[in-house]
Amino acid sequence: MAEIKAPAARPLSPHLQIYRPMLTMMMSIVHRITGFGNYFGMLILAWWLIAAASGPNAYAKFEWVAGSIIGRTILFGYTWSVIHHMLGGIRHLIWDTGRGFGPNEREWLAAANLVGSIAITVVLWIVGLLAMGGPR
Amino acid sequence: MSDNVRHIRTPLARVRGRGAARSGTGHFWRQRLTAVANIPLTIAAIIIIITLLGRNQAAAAQILGSPLVAIIMLLFVISVTVHMRIGMQVIIEDYVHDESAKLTLIMANTFFAVAVALACAFGILKLAFGV
Repeated sequence: MAEIKAPAARPLSPHLQIYRPMLTMMMSIVHRITGFGNYFGMLILAWWLIAAASGPNAYAKFEWVAGSIIGRTILFGYTWSVIHHMLGGIRHLIWDTGRGFGPNEREWLAAANLVGSIAITVVLWIVGLLAMGGPR
Repeated sequence: MSDNVRHIRTPLARVRGRGAARSGTGHFWRQRLTAVANIPLTIAAIIIIITLLGRNQAAAAQILGSPLVAIIMLLFVISVTVHMRIGMQVIIEDYVHDESAKLTLIMANTFFAVAVALACAFGILKLAFGV
């Protein structure tokens, strides 16, 4: 009769809790989270387009929700999420060509991704609010 | 014979190169194709949205329904929904290990992506054709 041996205490493969959080690692996680968020954000675009196609009442309802504090907060977050994911995607496309893997390059790209996404989001919102006739 | 030692996969599987999902590198390639397309299309969509801010429904409907804007928005919606479906499938495959839950979510993911794409496209086309 074969006896069932207790499994040997081999080291497991390292996982998240082993590593010190690094910028490149956090940006990789954020890229996935923003992609996940953008997926559901498309519901907002669908609602907006259907509202525009439905008529003035449906459009006014959308504008009321989008213009509320919660609506604006969600839209601001969505804007950042889209921009961040887009810049992150450009980073991935650069990597796909085999470039940008050096120690300095990858840190620089990660930082540029984060700073760029915040800066572009703020600029877009300033332009957007000005287009709406300034902050109300 | 030494070839069989180095490779676990059969020569036929290797030459077909389609992997466990039977789709080869289809998803990998399409994700990059739509990623590249999404860059100019997202920039264009953002410009269109900012242009429409502060306008009433009639003006927004007129601009969204004009041929060039409608075509750009349709391309944006198609490219984004294809991209987001593949991306969500990767997330599901990474984190959902129960086989039936995984297949259910992968199906739901496709249904969601198709429904969002169709809803957006319907809205755009209705504005463009003005019915």
